[in-house]
Amino acid sequence: MVTSTTPKLDRRPSRSQDREPRRLGFGQRLGRWDVKLSPYLYISPFFILFAIVGMFPLLYTAWVSMHQWHLIGGQGEFVGMENFLHVLQQPPFWKALRNTFSIFLLSSVPQVLLAITIAAVLDANLRAKTFWRMGVLLPFVVAPVAVSLIFGKLFADQSGLINAVLGGIGIEPIRWHADVLASHVAISSMVNFRWIGYNTLIFLAAMQAVPRELYEAAILDGAGRLRQFFSVTVPMLRPTIIFVVVTSTIGGLQIFDEPRLFDQFGLGGGDRQWMTVTMYLYEIGWGSQKSFGRAAAVAWILFIIILVIGLINFSITRRIASDSAPKSRKKQKR
Amino acid sequence: MWAAAAGVTGIALLATACGSSDSGSGEPAADGDEQITLTIGTFNEFGYEELIPEYESLNPNIKIEHKKAATADEARANINTRLAAGSGLSDIEAVEVDWLPELLQYPDKFTDLTSDEVEGRWLDWKSAQATDPEGRLLGYGTDIGPEAIAYRADLLEAAGLPSDRESVAALFGGDDATWDKFFEVGKQYTAATGKPFYDSAGAIYQGMINQVEAAYEDPDTLEITAADSAEVKDIFTTVLNASTQDKLSAGFAQWSDDWQSAFQNDGFAVMLAPGWMLGVIEGNAEGVTGWDIADVFPGGGGNWGGAFLTVPTQTEHPEEAKALAAWLTAPEQQIKAFKSKGTFPSQVEALSSQDLLGQTNAFFNNAPTGEILANRAAAVTVTPFKGPNYFAVNDAMGSALTRVDVEKTDDIDTSWTKFVEAVKALG
Repeated sequence: MVTSTTPKLDRRPSRSQDREPRRLGFGQRLGRWDVKLSPYLYISPFFILFAIVGMFPLLYTAWVSMHQWHLIGGQGEFVGMENFLHVLQQPPFWKALRNTFSIFLLSSVPQVLLAITIAAVLDANLRAKTFWRMGVLLPFVVAPVAVSLIFGKLFADQSGLINAVLGGIGIEPIRWHADVLASHVAISSMVNFRWIGYNTLIFLAAMQAVPRELYEAAILDGAGRLRQFFSVTVPMLRPTIIFVVVTSTIGGLQIFDEPRLFDQFGLGGGDRQWMTVTMYLYEIGWGSQKSFGRAAAVAWILFIIILVIGLINFSITRRIASDSAPKSRKKQKR
Repeated sequence: MWAAAAGVTGIALLATACGSSDSGSGEPAADGDEQITLTIGTFNEFGYEELIPEYESLNPNIKIEHKKAATADEARANINTRLAAGSGLSDIEAVEVDWLPELLQYPDKFTDLTSDEVEGRWLDWKSAQATDPEGRLLGYGTDIGPEAIAYRADLLEAAGLPSDRESVAALFGGDDATWDKFFEVGKQYTAATGKPFYDSAGAIYQGMINQVEAAYEDPDTLEITAADSAEVKDIFTTVLNASTQDKLSAGFAQWSDDWQSAFQNDGFAVMLAPGWMLGVIEGNAEGVTGWDIADVFPGGGGNWGGAFLTVPTQTEHPEEAKALAAWLTAPEQQIKAFKSKGTFPSQVEALSSQDLLGQTNAFFNNAPTGEILANRAAAVTVTPFKGPNYFAVNDAMGSALTRVDVEKTDDIDTSWTKFVEAVKALG
């Protein structure tokens, strides 16, 4: 786009110089302002909206986190970094952080891998394509609460279907609500159930954009389907993979609904086996302590963690992407 | 994090938007002409479905909107958030007794409901729970939870124990029933059948702690004393020993999926049953025969739960809301609610009403539930003190019991140590 508009802009002043004697009318001046300003005006709604609903809460939360602030009682004394120190000294916070990362890894990694695989299958020449493609999105339409209800029944320790099946083939019942890892696996499976289909469709859309002649060339070179997938499809999908990894990181670190609904108390288990950081935030702010100050501190800590992880993610995936960039760019131009 | 962010933004935006209604109850009650809409927020089952249309037909100028939360916890979160925001509460909000004290810390947020008309309407201890230190009544009592023992007659019989109502009451010690006796019977049952006796350690603990006058906090200083209380620790240890060592507990968390399905496969023989629990049992144990209810409770009487109707000062119609709350909590209406959903009345007059006493329950082998629960209500002697931290401490205790009885990840001592830590973190 840029390269095509620049010459036009270059030509314009020279034209107007030729006609210099003409007075610069108001309408013309307006037109010039129009050219300069309107693009900014057109994109401003997003930034104005972001400032109101994104930036302001962020800064206000920082302000709250430096005060004693009761849910109902409201603003109290200024305490500086005390809330942050208090939170960082609480064992439950570190437990929550461990759980969050564990659930995040257990859900995001298989999610991305499975989504790519399913997308590759759906990309093949199938009968009733639309049916299968819409089908994978169905779980995403189901409300998280409903998913939790169904999975709660499946993962019930004694009466659950999964343990009944395991018992049938002679495996000891798994204590889904008592063991740390088992509870994380159960929760991750709910997350995966909902999000795999969603990510599959994103990958599928990207796959459809891969030029078909690449595959033809690969076939001519004698590549099998597997080789085509790894040497053509995956490299071409890199920008999409970055997008999916970043969004699922943000979502995964903020996970709340599924673990909260995993049992009837919503506290993350008797020993906080599956309490996540957002659940800890909620408990401090609205549950036992009603301390908005501390809850805001947790919110900011989580924000910083997500930012750091996001940057790490970005730099790693960008390096991977830039390795193959020249090749793929050349191909796309063709 | 957006939850917190949204919450605090809410405060900021609303703080400017709404001037507090400091005029109090200046408005006169609308008589006839003015059309107004009142909202009422409840949770679980209050039994108001038929009462609301009745009130509307009695007062043609009033339309009532009923907002029902699924659980008491959900209602609590809603009230807390909207109190913090300064707007959005219903004209009448139902509040559960366990978290009422949290709200009583902010008496200015609720209308004083004292009036001659309702003087002496409730059991003394019921209205005392909703009265602030300055003597203002901030909530009208709805139901109470007098506890009896619900049991499976067929399972007791199979264990060679008596199974009819009177003999079971006698088995637990009749009027002198004690917890020791209760656990003793449990051991007999478990020895005979090899099966657990009751559903959950948490439930038995609830029954016992509700008989302790000041379990978690000092009534004078409001200091949290739970972690140092020998009495609390004793109950904790006793219940868990009976539950795990003597294997009397089926090891379920109440309301969990496992607990609900255990009703269908003879998971346990006995449950502590406050009035509102009868409907829960009937729902979960659909198709199971043999449930009955005995007019007895260990350690004297006990009350588990119960709610109040409050009128937040946010309302624009305090007088009309007060009138509706008073009508809903009047003895006649409360008996109708009991018939519809089993919420047992807290009104003195209702307790002696023939309408209530004559009530029987077909599911529980036609037990005279009205009479039994009225007897149980009369037997309540101790009203535990519940301060602003009661709910939070009891939550921590629930987790401590779960660790040992349900999840079996800790033994009694380590779980207690973790409980003490959790209570300290509240400060």
